[in-house]
Amino acid sequence: MPTTELTRTSPQKQPRSLRPSDSMAGLLAKIILLGLVDAFAVYVLTVLFLQEKWTVLVLAAGVTLLINWIYLRRGGLPAKYLAPGVFFLLIFQVFVMIFSGYVAFTNYGDGHNSTKEDAISAIQLAAQQRVPDSPAYRVTIVEQDGEFHFLTTDPDGGISIGSAEEPLEEASDAVTDGTGKATELEGYRTLQFNEVLANQADILALTIPFSDDPDDGTLKTSDGSTAYVYSPTLEYDEAADTFTDTETGTVYADSGKGTFVSEDGNELSTGWKIDVGFANFTKAFSDENIRGPLLQVTLWTFTFALVSVLSTFALGLFLANAFNLPNLRGKRIYRVLMILPYAFPAFLAGLVWSGLLNPEFGYVNNTFFGGANIPWLTDPLLAKISVLLVNLWLGFPYMFLVCTGALQSLPEDVNEAAKLDGATPWKLFTSIKLPLLLVSVAPLLIASFAFNFNNFNIIYMLTDGGPRLSDTTVNVGATDILITMVYEVAFGSGVGRDYGLASALSIVIFFIVAAISILSFRQTKALEEIH
Amino acid sequence: MKVQTTRLLHRRTLATAALSVAVMAVTACGGGSTESTTGESAAPTNLAEGGSTTLTMWVDAERAPALESIAASFEEDTGISIDLAVKDFAAVRDDFITQVPTGNGPDLIVGPHDWIGTFVENGVVAPVELGDKAGEFQESAIQAMSYEGSLYGVPYAIENIGLLRNADMVPEAAETFDEVIANGEAAVEAGDAEFPFLVGLDPKQADPYHMYPFQTSMGVPVFAQNEDGSYDASKLLLGEENGVEFAKKLVEWGDAGSGILNSNITGDIAKEKFLAGESPYYLTGPWNVGAAQEAGINVAVDPLPTVGDEPAQPFIGVNGYFISAQSKNALAANEFAVNYLTTEEAQDAMFGVGGRPPALTASFEKAASDPIVAAFGEIGANGVPMPAVPEMQAVWADWGATELALIKGTAKPEEAWPAMVKNIEQKISAG
Repeated sequence: MPTTELTRTSPQKQPRSLRPSDSMAGLLAKIILLGLVDAFAVYVLTVLFLQEKWTVLVLAAGVTLLINWIYLRRGGLPAKYLAPGVFFLLIFQVFVMIFSGYVAFTNYGDGHNSTKEDAISAIQLAAQQRVPDSPAYRVTIVEQDGEFHFLTTDPDGGISIGSAEEPLEEASDAVTDGTGKATELEGYRTLQFNEVLANQADILALTIPFSDDPDDGTLKTSDGSTAYVYSPTLEYDEAADTFTDTETGTVYADSGKGTFVSEDGNELSTGWKIDVGFANFTKAFSDENIRGPLLQVTLWTFTFALVSVLSTFALGLFLANAFNLPNLRGKRIYRVLMILPYAFPAFLAGLVWSGLLNPEFGYVNNTFFGGANIPWLTDPLLAKISVLLVNLWLGFPYMFLVCTGALQSLPEDVNEAAKLDGATPWKLFTSIKLPLLLVSVAPLLIASFAFNFNNFNIIYMLTDGGPRLSDTTVNVGATDILITMVYEVAFGSGVGRDYGLASALSIVIFFIVAAISILSFRQTKALEEIH
Repeated sequence: MKVQTTRLLHRRTLATAALSVAVMAVTACGGGSTESTTGESAAPTNLAEGGSTTLTMWVDAERAPALESIAASFEEDTGISIDLAVKDFAAVRDDFITQVPTGNGPDLIVGPHDWIGTFVENGVVAPVELGDKAGEFQESAIQAMSYEGSLYGVPYAIENIGLLRNADMVPEAAETFDEVIANGEAAVEAGDAEFPFLVGLDPKQADPYHMYPFQTSMGVPVFAQNEDGSYDASKLLLGEENGVEFAKKLVEWGDAGSGILNSNITGDIAKEKFLAGESPYYLTGPWNVGAAQEAGINVAVDPLPTVGDEPAQPFIGVNGYFISAQSKNALAANEFAVNYLTTEEAQDAMFGVGGRPPALTASFEKAASDPIVAAFGEIGANGVPMPAVPEMQAVWADWGATELALIKGTAKPEEAWPAMVKNIEQKISAG
């Protein structure tokens, strides 16, 4: 935390000569950068103020003040260096993690997208349905004493006026334009289009009773120039927090699950987001659809990640060793060629390989196997092998790069000494180079394992998890790993997307990967100590 | 003490300097925007004054240019400019759903009608009232845009598949799929073609969308339809008795059968082969006609061939404009959508970029002077709207995987089809 650093370093204790004096350019840069940051902050704060988001506003103001304090005070150099990093860490890592953690405890997803207020207003909006075959009224918006009125012209040319309080009544003395549309009425001021726009929220909310009988419906406009007779199919009772169907009298009450539900179990289409506690986690472990293929998918995920790391490392190391010969010609060209797959985006490679491996039209079968119909991606076992091979193709350049670097940094004299002692090249490699190499490369292998454990792109683009398992109802296939299964379960096949469940499952995966990484890092420490 | 004061002074100068940079930057940013006034003053002449001055519309790259001229005329008439924000089509639906509740969503969005179910479920779309203008559109377009009794979008185009025929190979249109197969096989035997019939099948999901006309022709729709044409998601009809018969047909046509349907032929490969003149038939939509004509194929569009006794009804997709439920500019958005986007010019312009039959009858009639547009339009008039109900999302995965297994010949129709129906029913009731 930067604040503890700030209190510890006090500028007064530093000898004056040791304090770096600000150069003119440095000072200027500081002023400009800080000014830009503050300008941006002012902009953000204004926007937040206008949107009345007070919590975020206070938070943003606090951060801005903190940043200014850090850079305007003398000394506190570590804080000046750390502040940007910590700031971005908080925004891009910590916040995202906390937010997914929060989502995991809600039912956020399709049908539970926003707040209850939004849901209620959306339901009310949708419930306003035009009375079938009712005529269209041409409307002029007029105003009297600050209250808006509709000056309407019906299709037969009859002219009326009305407001939210007073039902429509005839106003035949109105001024009409060439088309017979009433445009002005004595005692009222006609609104210009821009005034209508400026007050659109009020005008759109206006419901003008058609007559004294409320069952006749109300006049509403959506564009300020035409009005129709609407009658709501659902009415909201604020006190009881229920919707009532105006036709059948069915009452829809808050179900406690983020929806309005009638007694016989019918839900209104629009729901809202609520906190559901551990329901998503319970579902992840108890839902038969998920539990069924879970074991198989978990096993394959481990196999996939482990084999991917080992195969890419083995090939990368072999090639790095082979191309590390001091007197090899054209070494650079070879190395560049070797690294090419690394420059390929994984999702693109997946698509390209999926085409290359087409049984009938693919390049691989037609060129290397004489047109044989080998189902590379559609046979369960072959699909697994294909995924591993393509991932090897994609992943070895990274290992090649890493190993080349590590090999070049090994001390030459050890090799010389071993050679003098009569060690064979194989002995030299296994007893000296490999252990030394592992010290520096082992953490990268762990990182690579964690990456492959969640290697969504290659699976999604190459096989999309297929071929599908036949013994389960959920759409999971032989090459699905945990993360693609999460995607499938949460977004793929159910009725819409379920962010809550997806977050809960991701958190579970996060703990698996974290546990494995911690264990492995302990192991590598032991490796270092031996060395 | 002296050191203290200079330090203080120094700090204050620094702060002031930083502040002035800040002020400059803020004024530079804010210079362009006009603050909204509440328009109480007497009749201002500049119509742009008052209210917001911009409507934001999310549109994909292909359609944006067609909307520019209509947006310009709207700005000329009302002073409101339309910001056509080009978005990636693949992500725009989900972005809209997540952005609207935060207040950062657009006022309008362009998209197909089957988004409506999810939009309504999430409370992000507002109904529109076309009034008498609704009668100027083709009935199927209005029907597709209606959901739970309200109209949710202003349609501009109708798209559906048709049977593309290479008229140089087969001069006459066929009525049934058996005739199509016979014609195709004759062409292959004569050495003119390599494939009797082409349709792109996804290697993971096959393509129930393209297979749907054959299925409906055997009397197996997905969901029951109410009298007004809307879908009743509680009545899944895939399990109708003819479902298994259709499944048997897939096996008969598939890899293990006659090979009319080839699970190795993806969408790209199918297009490539038809363009290369290697097949007399290609089941696809208007989006591939342009490329085929450019490749020199003499393209004719035939009505969809029947398999059973009933008409072969394809899904129709209706593209249109939707208004956000939380638009701060709803009145202007409605004005633009209802009174500008429904005009003949606007609909003609959209036809110009997409080549899809316009939803406005007047525009369609003009476009239908092209026999290909007319043919697609005729097929569409016979089609059924793609179900917009959210339950439809639970259907695709099982439907596709089962059809794929049947085409590959790895599943038995009597087992696979009922199992699929059971799976889908379970997913719908769980959702």
